[in-house]
Amino acid sequence: MEQQRTIQKRVRYLEEKAKEVRVEIVKMIHEAQSGHPGGSLSAADIMTALYFDILRIDPNKPEWPDRDRFVLSKGHACPVWYACLALKGFFPIETLKTLRKFESKLQGHPIAGKAEGIDASVGSLGIGFSQAVGMAIEAKMTRSKYMVYTVLGDGETNEGIVWEAAASAHKYHLDNLVAVLDRNNLQNDGIAEQIMPMEPLDEKFKAFNWHVIQINGHNMADVVDALMKARDYSGKPVIIIANTVKGKGVSYMENVRGWHGKPPNDEQLAIALEDLKGSLK
Amino acid sequence: MSTANRRRLSIGEAFAPRLIFGETLVELGEAYPRLVVLDADVGASTQTALFRDAYPNRFYQIGIAEANMVGIAAGLSTQGWIPFVSTFAIFLTKRAGDQVRNTIAYPRANVKLNGAYGGLPTGRAGASHSSIEDIAVMRAVPHMPVIVPADPVETRAAVEAVMRIPGPVYLRTVRCPVPVIFGEHEPFEFGKAKLIHDGDDAVIISTGMMTPKALQAAGKLGKQYGIRTAVIHMGTVKPLDIEAVIAASERYGHILTVENHSVIGGLGDAVAAAVSEHAPCRVTKLGFQDVFLESGDDEALFSRYGMNVDQIVERVREIAQGKGRRE
Repeated sequence: MEQQRTIQKRVRYLEEKAKEVRVEIVKMIHEAQSGHPGGSLSAADIMTALYFDILRIDPNKPEWPDRDRFVLSKGHACPVWYACLALKGFFPIETLKTLRKFESKLQGHPIAGKAEGIDASVGSLGIGFSQAVGMAIEAKMTRSKYMVYTVLGDGETNEGIVWEAAASAHKYHLDNLVAVLDRNNLQNDGIAEQIMPMEPLDEKFKAFNWHVIQINGHNMADVVDALMKARDYSGKPVIIIANTVKGKGVSYMENVRGWHGKPPNDEQLAIALEDLKGSLK
Repeated sequence: MSTANRRRLSIGEAFAPRLIFGETLVELGEAYPRLVVLDADVGASTQTALFRDAYPNRFYQIGIAEANMVGIAAGLSTQGWIPFVSTFAIFLTKRAGDQVRNTIAYPRANVKLNGAYGGLPTGRAGASHSSIEDIAVMRAVPHMPVIVPADPVETRAAVEAVMRIPGPVYLRTVRCPVPVIFGEHEPFEFGKAKLIHDGDDAVIISTGMMTPKALQAAGKLGKQYGIRTAVIHMGTVKPLDIEAVIAASERYGHILTVENHSVIGGLGDAVAAAVSEHAPCRVTKLGFQDVFLESGDDEALFSRYGMNVDQIVERVREIAQGKGRRE
């Protein structure tokens, strides 16, 4: 009973935190007048759970050798990554205003070493997943205890390299690797299953000898529960297929293709902040 | 080909070449019933979405799988279809580089490649999306011509010309608006340099969207400094118009090349190789100096890399004054 109450408290904390993350996402993309809001918002609950509950990291020691590693393989959704890193204290919140601007550490697609907490350069889809596999192999090789987490997009699974990485994660017994698939059903040009049908994704990953967990990626209790189970699972790499809504939290962006890579204008920002404030209660 | 409703392109107005590319494809869809278009989930960006909407049965959405897309195009071409493959230059020439080389170039497949978002202008996307070495990579592939249009008019003419050139072609287009410098009916001549501004004191050889900038620089040089500067546009980087390069070398003795690309392997190196073999002279290469690009506004970034109009002016002035020469 006591334990359950503690978990409820954690979940409530994370739900509030996710709202802050979403506010920073829309604010920074508005400020930049450039960037990808849809896929950032769909991943916001997953990323918040990782950064504020699951990952063993220390913002004061971004290079700590035993830190858990994280790679955002869907690199274009970096506003959610930058928001989490800033709110966690890796760099000041004000830095978010420099997204995509000249000489900013917050590049349009993340570059390793540019900003504190970014260990892998991403942006060309599929390459983050392979790098995460490489990190997990390194951990196995050196008998390090750290875990490697990565978040993939569903459109990203169109790339062949995703399946090459999946095969190699099995070969090297990477039960220290946890992937989360942000299944928001939309990509740049349209509906994911129309662009390229990838279902059944769960069966595909099972066939690649991965352990598969399916959840609602916006139910924070489920997200945290799945991430803990994935972390503790031994014998296989784990993928959490998180069913999400692209643009989640902003009324006019939800499930609308046009918001893949477009910034809100002043008026739209105001509505977005109102939507998110409403959800803040 | 029905061109009655085509967009008017007046000198001085600016249009994004990607839009002109998409519109021209639609026109070609009528003239070439065997034309098919493939894209890798960036059709809304490269503007092949216009062709998709006009000819849904001849558009193939392959998803985010560039290597597979190029292989499929090669397969289609074996049956007499003419695929125009389009995605960001960075992914087309590197992620799918093996397929481009072995399934398109080697068998001389009649497949046309559009490398969109060439060079620096990517809408602040940063290094991962900035294609600074695609011209070098494509030049090095046997059988692969490389076409880099200057402005919207030449983009339109080049897309049409590409269909008439048998076998593979790499066409490089850019994302940002570019001012029209050519009259609307200016033809594209494959493999031919074009003198677009004459002058006796110095010469710029440029390609792609840097040609309008070079032209502006030449105007300033004449007005402000009395330096009469010739501008030679290389709409085709491969095969290079060697005769034009030799003539420039012999007339000026020092050539400035300007390109929206790395100085390694691009137009500058092509020109330098040609003069060193046939008519040695100095070549100063303006382009990205072996660096990865960053996020930011296009013009701020061009300035960072020494490639805005005033910086081109300065380089020409140095050359005209004989500075930096090793005697």
